[in-house]
Amino acid sequence: MDSLPPFSESPVTRRDLIRSAAVLGASSLANQVAFAAPEGGVEGEVQLPFANGSRPLVRYPQKRPLIRLTSRPPQLETPASVYSEGVLTPNDAFFVRYHLPNIPTEIDLETFRLEVKGAVKKGLILSLKQLREGFEPVEIVAVNQCSGNSRGFSMPRVPGGQLGNGAMGNARWRGARLKDVLERAGIEVGAKQVAFNGLDSPPMPQVPDFVKALELDHALSGEVLLAYGMNGEDLPMLNGFPLRLVVPGYYGTYWIKHLHEITVLDHAFDGFWMSTGYRIPNTPGACIAPGTTPKSTVPIGRLNVRSFLTSHAEGAAITCGRETVLRGIAFDGGAGISEVVVSLDGGRSWRTAELGEDHGNYSFREWTLSFVSNTPGVAEVKVKATNRLGESQPMEALWNPSGYMRNVVETVRLNLTA
Amino acid sequence: MSPRLITVFLLSAVAGVAEPVRIELPLEKPGFKPGVGVEFALQQCLICHSSEYITTQPPLSKAGWKASVEKMKAKFGAPIPADQVEALVEYLASGYGPAER
Repeated sequence: MDSLPPFSESPVTRRDLIRSAAVLGASSLANQVAFAAPEGGVEGEVQLPFANGSRPLVRYPQKRPLIRLTSRPPQLETPASVYSEGVLTPNDAFFVRYHLPNIPTEIDLETFRLEVKGAVKKGLILSLKQLREGFEPVEIVAVNQCSGNSRGFSMPRVPGGQLGNGAMGNARWRGARLKDVLERAGIEVGAKQVAFNGLDSPPMPQVPDFVKALELDHALSGEVLLAYGMNGEDLPMLNGFPLRLVVPGYYGTYWIKHLHEITVLDHAFDGFWMSTGYRIPNTPGACIAPGTTPKSTVPIGRLNVRSFLTSHAEGAAITCGRETVLRGIAFDGGAGISEVVVSLDGGRSWRTAELGEDHGNYSFREWTLSFVSNTPGVAEVKVKATNRLGESQPMEALWNPSGYMRNVVETVRLNLTA
Repeated sequence: MSPRLITVFLLSAVAGVAEPVRIELPLEKPGFKPGVGVEFALQQCLICHSSEYITTQPPLSKAGWKASVEKMKAKFGAPIPADQVEALVEYLASGYGPAER
């Protein structure tokens, strides 16, 4: 095999091999690459800053210790400190989200196939090798953010996955263009949408399978990828090995993991996870008055504008009279960030931050701001980004019943000490 | 703590043959609070998902928990017998309602 998924771990010892052989059994020894977590795997605890926010830190296969929301299926958040490590989120820190408990834990690349069918001239059945070698590989740096990222901060609270801000990550994705694969199959006249299905499956037949759909125009746009690479390596199993859909600028619900079935449709797909799940109020800002219900809804789509301070956590100490550099990130749904402003006084006055390298419209954009303060006390730091379309962030959080698309101007209190 | 087991088998070194990739997930530990009716939660909720789906929710009122249980039945086909719904809702509201936080 040409490469192993990376581990920042101590080397395998001979004792490990012998112990593992006994555990896995001789018949499964041959042709296996196995990654097992220690029993339980709990390595600590974090407190997300909202009621009932206690979470264990757990080490999952191919992952460093992450914030666990649920075990079955696993849902893991990235700890806040990771976002200041670099503009790309390392594979072993990237968040994990599933809907259905039957997730694939073993993939045989010899037998894995991607099927393209439906309203096409010629159905395709592709191995990963055929996908890698038969279609031009392209790369794009893009943010994957959960629709419900930051839902735990919703006021009033709403039911659902009670996430902090860690269900987002930025990666360099590599794969074939969906457009190229669809054109190889040949789209029939009258095709309207394309549906995507992964290997994960429902616990009972009556539970709707997790299938998402894109409009045909979008599927053929050239930006949607069938990705087999992430930050220069294979996808971690828990992020969709060996293949996932990458939909730059769109919320993560569309980024189907362990993608194995693409179906071109001559009608709008009305499966549960499109027609009932993942719908937002059909209003500006996708918001409604807290506690009310929307009159009409549309499927969630592009990311809105967000920004974060990543260099300093809530309550961090800053020394007066010394230059301090604040660092952070900003991102949107693909127009690109044009400006980030930072307030050190709770929003009374704003300074323009310096923007870092542009890794493309779909990537995190880093920003920095240097300042010197001579006044001890609490500095209420606020960060606000604007994109090239002039879209920005609200000073007060917008609300919807599902807790989607939170993008309020973030506030972090720092302690300025003499 | 015991070192994690990471085992790599390089037995099949035939060029071009890829070994299956496999992971093992940590053991799941149900974490429902003791209380009247906890057996309903253990029997019904864990069919489809781990207990954290309940235990990490914000404190929900009895009406909120009833709506959740009804959603599980209507949207996700949870096979909760009609005559057990009330007992399950009572357990959830008393263990995971506002009074507890």
